[in-house]
Amino acid sequence: MATFNKYVQIGRVALVAYGPDQGNLVVIIDVIDQNRALVDGPCTGVKRQALQFKRMHLTKFVIPVPRSARTCIIKKKWEKSGITEKWQETSWSKRLNDEKLKKNMNDFDRFKLMKAKQTRNRIINMEFGRLKNLAKKQAAKK
Amino acid sequence: MGPKVDKKAAAKPAAQPAKKAVAAPKRLNEPKTVEKKIGGEKNGGTRKVTLPRQCRYYPTQEDPRKIKGRKKPFKDHKRKIRSSITPGTILILVAGPHKGKRVVFLKQLASGLLLVTGPYFVNGCPLRRINQIYVIATKTKLNIDSVTLPDRLTDDYFRRQKLNKAKMGEGDIFESKKEVYSVSEERKEDQSSVDKQLLAAIRKSGEKKLILGYLGAMFSLSKKQFPHKMIF
Repeated sequence: MATFNKYVQIGRVALVAYGPDQGNLVVIIDVIDQNRALVDGPCTGVKRQALQFKRMHLTKFVIPVPRSARTCIIKKKWEKSGITEKWQETSWSKRLNDEKLKKNMNDFDRFKLMKAKQTRNRIINMEFGRLKNLAKKQAAKK
Repeated sequence: MGPKVDKKAAAKPAAQPAKKAVAAPKRLNEPKTVEKKIGGEKNGGTRKVTLPRQCRYYPTQEDPRKIKGRKKPFKDHKRKIRSSITPGTILILVAGPHKGKRVVFLKQLASGLLLVTGPYFVNGCPLRRINQIYVIATKTKLNIDSVTLPDRLTDDYFRRQKLNKAKMGEGDIFESKKEVYSVSEERKEDQSSVDKQLLAAIRKSGEKKLILGYLGAMFSLSKKQFPHKMIF
């Protein structure tokens, strides 16, 4: 098995991890040097700019775009390959959404969540106890 | 405050001439002198007297100017309240005997203190005053438009009562008992009426069970919770 699955390559979609565009998707258009790449995110509101590799996380998606392609071409290819929808289906993006939701909960929401968890755990524990008793009885029969 | 006073002083002289200009036309038709009869012989019979009567006495020395106090008394202070606190907001108390409880904000009193209640039958916090600095405002609000508070709920109502201590020398120290604080009848009455109305308001909100549980539960921070990064 290959050690790496995701490479820094032209057309690689990445998630911005730091800075004003944090949390948005970009696509690598050109590699400037070993520290930086030229990126663009016309469909996510990120301007064409040089971005450090340290500040991005590579995703599994690659768009077929030529090197140093113009923004309008990237936009077309992005929409054609449906990256935004594909990204939203990944568990990575869902987890990010959940984290955001959790961060924005207010005090009453946290209380409601606590109550919901209590109810769920009570149901699980009841069922667990029922099965345990059943197993005990069966063991005694044998 | 310094610059403000200066501004006022500068503005005054400018305002005066404008006033005179308005008043002047009225006086044009009025006579400037009046003839008055003078009694006694060799006095000419009459005498002209100028009309706005002139001062009989001018002080030789100016009066010492009165110094305006810069400080306003406490009762004239401007009362501020955090914009997040409006009637019906659920607050978390962070100080005092009821700290950690979630209570309902009713109104701001004349002294600037907040009037809150548990309600008492939910979490044991009676109608009481608290400074807004000892309070965390949550985003949760109850609609308490239907709640009418008794008029006597003022700052004086909540003032600490002086209890008569047993005096030295009067009777036996060991026999005389200290007066103990007891809740007055009017307080009990007000508490029950406010509680009833609040319960009705909570019932209307549609989440009665959850809100009652929420108000009854104590607030606390758990692991990885940092109050400055949380939304309340």
